[in-house]
Amino acid sequence: MQHVISVTVENKPGVLARVSSMFARRDFNIHSLTVGPTEDPTRSKMTVVVDGPEMEQIVKQLYKLVHTLKVTEHAPGEAVEREIMLVRVNAESQRRGEILDAANIFEAKAVDVGAQTITFEVVGEPSHLADFLEIMRAYGIVSLVKSGRIALAKDAKTATKKQRRSA
Amino acid sequence: MGNTFTGADILIKALEHEGVDIIFGMPGGAILKAYDSLYDSSMRHILVRHEQGGGHMASGYAHATGRVGVTFATSGPGATNLITALADAYMDSIPVVAITAQVGSTSIGLDAFQEAHTWGISMPATKHNYIITEVTEIASAVREAFHIASTGRPGPVLVDITKDALMSETTWNGPGQLDLPGYKPSVKGHPRQITSAIEMIYNSRRPVLYAGGGIIRAGASEELTRFAEEQNLPVVTTLMARGAIPDSNTLALGMPGMHGTYTASTAMQRADLLIAVGARFDDRVTGDPATFAPEAKIIHVDVDPAEIGKIRRPDVPIVGDAKTVLEQLLEAGRVRLGSEGPPPREDWFATITQWQENFPLAYDQDPDGPILQQYVIDELANHIGPEGIVVAGVGQHQMWTSQFWRFEHPNKWINSGGLGTMGYAVPAAVGAKAGMPDSTVIAIDGDGCFQMTFQELITAAIEKIPVKIAVLNNANLGMVRQWQKLFYNDRYSATELSHSIPNIVMLAEAMGCAGFRAETPEEVVPTIEKALEINDRPVVMEFVCDPDAMVFPMIAAGGSNDIIFMGPEDL
Repeated sequence: MQHVISVTVENKPGVLARVSSMFARRDFNIHSLTVGPTEDPTRSKMTVVVDGPEMEQIVKQLYKLVHTLKVTEHAPGEAVEREIMLVRVNAESQRRGEILDAANIFEAKAVDVGAQTITFEVVGEPSHLADFLEIMRAYGIVSLVKSGRIALAKDAKTATKKQRRSA
Repeated sequence: MGNTFTGADILIKALEHEGVDIIFGMPGGAILKAYDSLYDSSMRHILVRHEQGGGHMASGYAHATGRVGVTFATSGPGATNLITALADAYMDSIPVVAITAQVGSTSIGLDAFQEAHTWGISMPATKHNYIITEVTEIASAVREAFHIASTGRPGPVLVDITKDALMSETTWNGPGQLDLPGYKPSVKGHPRQITSAIEMIYNSRRPVLYAGGGIIRAGASEELTRFAEEQNLPVVTTLMARGAIPDSNTLALGMPGMHGTYTASTAMQRADLLIAVGARFDDRVTGDPATFAPEAKIIHVDVDPAEIGKIRRPDVPIVGDAKTVLEQLLEAGRVRLGSEGPPPREDWFATITQWQENFPLAYDQDPDGPILQQYVIDELANHIGPEGIVVAGVGQHQMWTSQFWRFEHPNKWINSGGLGTMGYAVPAAVGAKAGMPDSTVIAIDGDGCFQMTFQELITAAIEKIPVKIAVLNNANLGMVRQWQKLFYNDRYSATELSHSIPNIVMLAEAMGCAGFRAETPEEVVPTIEKALEINDRPVVMEFVCDPDAMVFPMIAAGGSNDIIFMGPEDL
């Protein structure tokens, strides 16, 4: 089962290495991990998508890292989740019309067009990306890259699971 | 320029400000500047023969004194040699600060001479670590390192400082400031959980207080003993907690687990309540967690929230410092009992007494047979007494010492518990003796362990640190051999050492120590007496022991604690 965790950390060199090293050492499985600055330049926020039955140990181990400030596990549906994908699809001239029609439905933007391919940018929830891929598979996917998920708890309904601070 | 200092000077000033009196270390190219500043300091430096020895000395010092141990090493191999000692201190929650030097900041990543990625290598072996490239960051890194090492769940912290940061100059503005917004260890237990715990204890018919090394680290031995007495609770002390309650206390059942007493392990198995304080349900205690203490409810007190629920889900979790939480429990317990005494639990104590009578720890020294290791330990305990500090490495000698030494005080037992580091005893004893010069410090070691780190006896002889070392020489890697005997059909693959090479007495003398050998049981006591008379240099006693002696009781690794082998006949 996948869990989505937001981790607020001090914006210091090496924090990403500390987090990923801890996940490796504790044998926790990362599905995706993104990191970037927040409204406060001294802090960064990571969104970690983790495979595993339960998150208690992971949350506690994250808190044990000295630079971790806050860990929030998002219950399903209680956070806005987004991912961006770039996908290059086979597009011979006679099928371009139907490919662009399908892309239109998914609000996928053609960002690069070649002689034989079109590259789309798709933004949305992970299921939206998966649905688009499903449709495009019929035409042939040449290559694709995903950003990893970012998540922000919905306003006033945060699914904060508070844990005690680390020792 | 006015009041400017080099980074090296600031490092030394910052360490002095932390109250450091001894540094165990070894210089080298990158750290030269720090050693130059150290030359003018009143702090004592003990020059080790190997950085791993320096790390274990810092750990032994910290174990014995309760203060932070400090070790120095240079870049590259100096730092990598420290890693075992750091990993060891991390597993046993020992406060150590390691200062390592790094190549110049412009050379990092270019495979410079003696460059290693110390920060990356040490990360999973430390509680926290630093790479410092700016002279202005040194003071605060040292302040934070000592704070992190010694608070919450203690542990090792490494500060790696580039050569140019040590050479650059800045002003000294006093000790650095803490800037650790994400580090706030809990101290007090939640009052509601304290009340629930006391209620559960009051209603328990078969409780066991499960004391771990956290009691020792928190300095909570008195509180533990008082709580056990006021609430009438039998107490088991894990390998790291030996001495947390005096072994002479009638409530003390000894060590539980793989080589624990029958009574301690079985009491946990039959308990209806385990009150774990500063213990982590280690596999050497629980055996197979699925069959461990099947009827017991769990109260789990730990300063590290991640230990709670890691192995066994507690009914009452309490995050806090062991000493503070025990004080809270004492207070709440008194309120709960009022004027009545604690539940007498006569049946439970009668059962426990019966186990103790039926399954005591025992050995039988045949006066004409080979020397039994247990006999040596027993006699060493008789002659040195419970005020002495006893140190062990890892293996049979360690388990026998835990079984047959009589522990009456905390901080008198030093060993490598979690990591199981062979070679720990000699350097840890040197560190302990350096920190506690008025105590008798004895390392009880195996011949395999001894041969890993004996060169630190040279350090001890030159630095006039008169430790005592008892080598129980069974000419084997004894614990591995024991497993080969019990589980690998007597196929002794790569475990045989030698009774004659090295000649341990000659080796001791070559290192500036006194050396004695006992080959028969009747030579054991005279050898101990001779060794205890020498206090101007280290002494090594070699006891030529039986290779076939095995440690019992024994619970098979990963087995159920219901199946305890009391001797080879049970297998």
